Amino acid sequence: MGLKLQQSYHHSVTVKVNEQMGTKRGYTFIQANRAWLPKFLLLWVMVMAFLSTWIYKKMDADNKVRRKEVLSSMCDQRARMLQDQFSVSVNHVHALAILVSTFHYYKDPSAIDQETFAEYTARTAFERPLLSGVAYAERVVYSEREKFERQHGWTIKTMKREPSPIRDEYAPVIFSQETVSYIESLDMMSGEEDRENILRARATGKAVLTSPFRLLGSHHLGVVLTFPVYKSKLPPSLTEQERIEATAGYLGGAFDVESLVENLLGQLAGNQAILVNVYDITNSSDHLIMYGHQNQDGDLALLHESKLDFGDPFRKHQMICRYHQKAPTSWTALTTAFLFFVICLLVGYILYGAAIHIVKVEDDFHEMEELKVRAEAADVAKSQFLATVSHEIRTPMNGILGMLALLLDTDLSSTQRDYAQTAQVCGKALITLINEVLDRAKIEAGKLELETVPFDLRSILDDVLSLFSEKSRNKGVELAVFVSDKVPEMVMGDPGRFRQIITNLVGNSVKFTERGHIFVKVHLAENPKPTEDPKAETCLNGGSDEDALVSGARQFKTLSGYEAADERNSWDSFKHLVADEELRYDSSVKMKAADEASQSVTLMVSVEDTGIGIPLIAQDRVFMPFMQADSSTSRNYGGTGIGLSITKCLVELMGGHISFISRPQVGSTFSFTTVFGRCKRASFSDTKKPNAEDLPSGFRGLKAVVVDGKPVRAAVTRYHLKRLGILVEFANSVKIAASACGKNGSSCGSKTQPDMVLVEKDSWLSGEDGGLSLRTLDRQQNGHVFKSPKMILLATNITNAELEKAKAAGFADTTIMKPLRASMVAACLQQVLGTGKKRQPGRGMLNGSSVLGSLLCGKKILVVDDNMVNRRVAAGALKKFGAAVECAESGKAALKLLQLPHSFDACFMDIQMPEMDGFEATRRIRMMESQANEQMNGVTEEGSIRTGEWHIPILAMTADVIHATYDECLKCGMDGYVSKPFEEENLYLAVAKFFKTKPISDS
Amino acid sequence: MLGLDADRLRADLNRLLAFLFHQGILDEQYLQLQQLQDESSPNFVSEVVNIYFHESEKLLRNLRSSLMDREFSDYDKMGIHLNQFIGSSSSIGAKRVRNVCVAFRAASDQYNRAGCLRALELLEHEYCILKNKLHELFQIEQQRLLAAGVRYPMLN
Repeated sequence: MGLKLQQSYHHSVTVKVNEQMGTKRGYTFIQANRAWLPKFLLLWVMVMAFLSTWIYKKMDADNKVRRKEVLSSMCDQRARMLQDQFSVSVNHVHALAILVSTFHYYKDPSAIDQETFAEYTARTAFERPLLSGVAYAERVVYSEREKFERQHGWTIKTMKREPSPIRDEYAPVIFSQETVSYIESLDMMSGEEDRENILRARATGKAVLTSPFRLLGSHHLGVVLTFPVYKSKLPPSLTEQERIEATAGYLGGAFDVESLVENLLGQLAGNQAILVNVYDITNSSDHLIMYGHQNQDGDLALLHESKLDFGDPFRKHQMICRYHQKAPTSWTALTTAFLFFVICLLVGYILYGAAIHIVKVEDDFHEMEELKVRAEAADVAKSQFLATVSHEIRTPMNGILGMLALLLDTDLSSTQRDYAQTAQVCGKALITLINEVLDRAKIEAGKLELETVPFDLRSILDDVLSLFSEKSRNKGVELAVFVSDKVPEMVMGDPGRFRQIITNLVGNSVKFTERGHIFVKVHLAENPKPTEDPKAETCLNGGSDEDALVSGARQFKTLSGYEAADERNSWDSFKHLVADEELRYDSSVKMKAADEASQSVTLMVSVEDTGIGIPLIAQDRVFMPFMQADSSTSRNYGGTGIGLSITKCLVELMGGHISFISRPQVGSTFSFTTVFGRCKRASFSDTKKPNAEDLPSGFRGLKAVVVDGKPVRAAVTRYHLKRLGILVEFANSVKIAASACGKNGSSCGSKTQPDMVLVEKDSWLSGEDGGLSLRTLDRQQNGHVFKSPKMILLATNITNAELEKAKAAGFADTTIMKPLRASMVAACLQQVLGTGKKRQPGRGMLNGSSVLGSLLCGKKILVVDDNMVNRRVAAGALKKFGAAVECAESGKAALKLLQLPHSFDACFMDIQMPEMDGFEATRRIRMMESQANEQMNGVTEEGSIRTGEWHIPILAMTADVIHATYDECLKCGMDGYVSKPFEEENLYLAVAKFFKTKPISDS
Repeated sequence: MLGLDADRLRADLNRLLAFLFHQGILDEQYLQLQQLQDESSPNFVSEVVNIYFHESEKLLRNLRSSLMDREFSDYDKMGIHLNQFIGSSSSIGAKRVRNVCVAFRAASDQYNRAGCLRALELLEHEYCILKNKLHELFQIEQQRLLAAGVRYPMLN
């Protein structure tokens, strides 16, 4: 069975694990796209590469544009300068032409000859830096050639320095600058370019230029500038022919373009960087180079063209500039782009790394989570296993223990008996341990459920105390309980578990305490009462301070006088609690109203002992299961160390918490809070009867004087007496008590005369004059005729000698052994106060059953139950109370018997019956009755309706007393219910409800 | 002599009762039952218990035969039987038998045949214990009554 159970359990655990995994695993974005991460990275790198390329391109393009702009500006600048210089020279040549016409032709005789011209031109050469030289050629027509040659004394020669052949006209040079003196007498018309020039010049009347050619002499490329010189000032509107006619000669100059440009560029900055070419582009298909090398390498990709205007509209020139070197690779752009790329690459990689890390961490997290779930499942499995196994062990253990008990009942030799007893003790210890383990496992597995039933806290505490009274008495440890009056009499909760907690704590305390006291105190947790009534203090205390000093050097105001770990239970704070209660009586109505208001009540329970305490190092693991202070503890004191952990669990289940204060060698105080529900009024009165049975009310109104030097102990005594309804006064010593009695006796008479005097053994022994004053007390009382107070000694343990002494001293009446319990005190008091009182509780009991008897006597009752045994028992129980019982074994039989008219007074109906259950049977009976009632009402109008109505009280008998069942009972017409099996009180309660009124109406 | 014997028997009786209580075989209900016994019905307890034995044996037979049947499926009927058993057991205070019955009923509510069979065996076992113990108890009781009966005339 165990194996199978485990298997199925294991299965369920795995299922659970899977479920949890399924629900818990939430994917993040990164986790969901983990496969894409490298691709993302690649994409990122590619995009970044593209971007950086773009950046490079952009920067490079910017560079190029700038370069181009630089080039064009440089080129334009050069062109402009060249043009300016050129036009300056041209203007000057123009001026020379005017000079020649002015001084050669308008003057007669001519003011210029070769020498003058040469000198003048030489001295004004700085004005024409571009011109290698100027010369003047006269126009000579063929008819005048001879005359001309004669006049000058030389013949006209061609360019090749040969005598000129016969032409229409000639243009021999007559004046020349010294630099070009070699062309004197050369016919300018014989050179191809010069001739064209001359013809064009005289036709237009403006300066004209030749296309570039290699100049004579220097062999540099150059152009020749020609100006026409007219014989007279010409009006501007002359035809071409007229101009030709008026031509007197030509002034020409050679521009050495090459050196000219060379000079010019030399003056400018950035000369080295660019390459300049000057072209004559008159013939657009064939550009003639004027300057520069035709096939010079340079940056062919980039060139700039600038127009040149040298003043000759016929000729067109242009300058072309380009860079010497190719555009240098732009390092800035390159590095920028590269760095950008690298940075982006790094950023991408960092992101990738982070993502990978996140993925890894999440994976780990999920793994951990899974492990955690498994661990938890394992833990639950462990608990369940423990629960199962300990349950399984318990059953055979019960058998073993039972058999041992049987064995012990047989005739055994002493050795055998010893063995058997040892085995039984061991078995019992084992079963206690198993029960504890089972409890613990149940709590851990969440299987433990708390009841909510009304119970009497005080009687439970009394019970627990009585459990330990034997042990504590043997040890001489004082055991006491005190419950604050504010704690409601009945509370809703789990009495069993509460008892377990208290038993655990008190059991521990008893185990570890060898002297002093163990004190259980219960009060409301909401107890912040800073107001203390000084009057009450003095009133209660009297001269207690002195007493405390007198009775011992190191005397503490605790229960037994030993020092306790927690000061809260000492008298100093305890008296506030007591004082509170005093106050409470004054304003009890108010308090009650406040009490009713809240649904729950929080109690503070503390268990104080003066034992060995808990070592400091062990204090933090006190509540851990299977932990004891050290290994020697279990050796010396036994136990498993599981009790406190169970206690803690139980307290927490009850909605409270537990804590402790402990001082080694001084003692420990465990205190815990717990939440109970308040009893509602109705249920309170219902449940009060069966539970509060043990406290007789016969002592109500009696007076007692408690003689005790220790106020805490006195308060405890008073608490117990008060529960019996006895009014209590305190006295610190016998002497004070005696004097008080005396005073009362003389002044106030018998009204305040105490009925009993309870004297604590310690105060009796410590008082030197104890015996004496007791005697006086006795004597005084003897003076009064009717009643002498009973003298009662309270003691934890007492030796025979002491007992004798006590008897001699006047405690003839009785000795009450501690720990005090209300019921025990009541029993003792009954014994002391005599027979008259003794009878009282017995009479009460008799009353109960006699009432039931009178209620049921002579009644005819039908019991319906399918179960023969139940039927018999119910019948027996009812017969005992004098009822006449008839039985029916099914609903149908009952219906038959209850056919109207019948003579039954009541019917007890089982609910669970085959064929027709109790509900159904009741419904039918009620239906029958209502029909009969209607008929009767119809027939007999005058008849009293009330007496005439058929309504048999039907009480359900049910084994389960759940509320729902009860409701259903009422719903189908039943009048009440009795829980099966029958119990006297229940039966009484149920029957009393309707028979109380019924007999009145019947009789 | 005989009076002493009666005292011894009373002690035995009490011890046996205490044992039965301690083992949880019986509970307070049995005491209630005993209280119902008085002069008017001197054999009330044994009468009821005999009815109980009679009924229970019938029920046990029924339960066993129905569970032994291979094509058994009438769990409802079994539940009724068990309810009867529980009711009568709690009436006489046979605590352990009752508890086993409750477990049995739980198994039958779940149609757990294996559980039912186990519970039936346990039930039979418990029932047997109960029966033996009660017989023992009645025997002692009878002896005691006899002894007491002998003693009273002597005293008078």
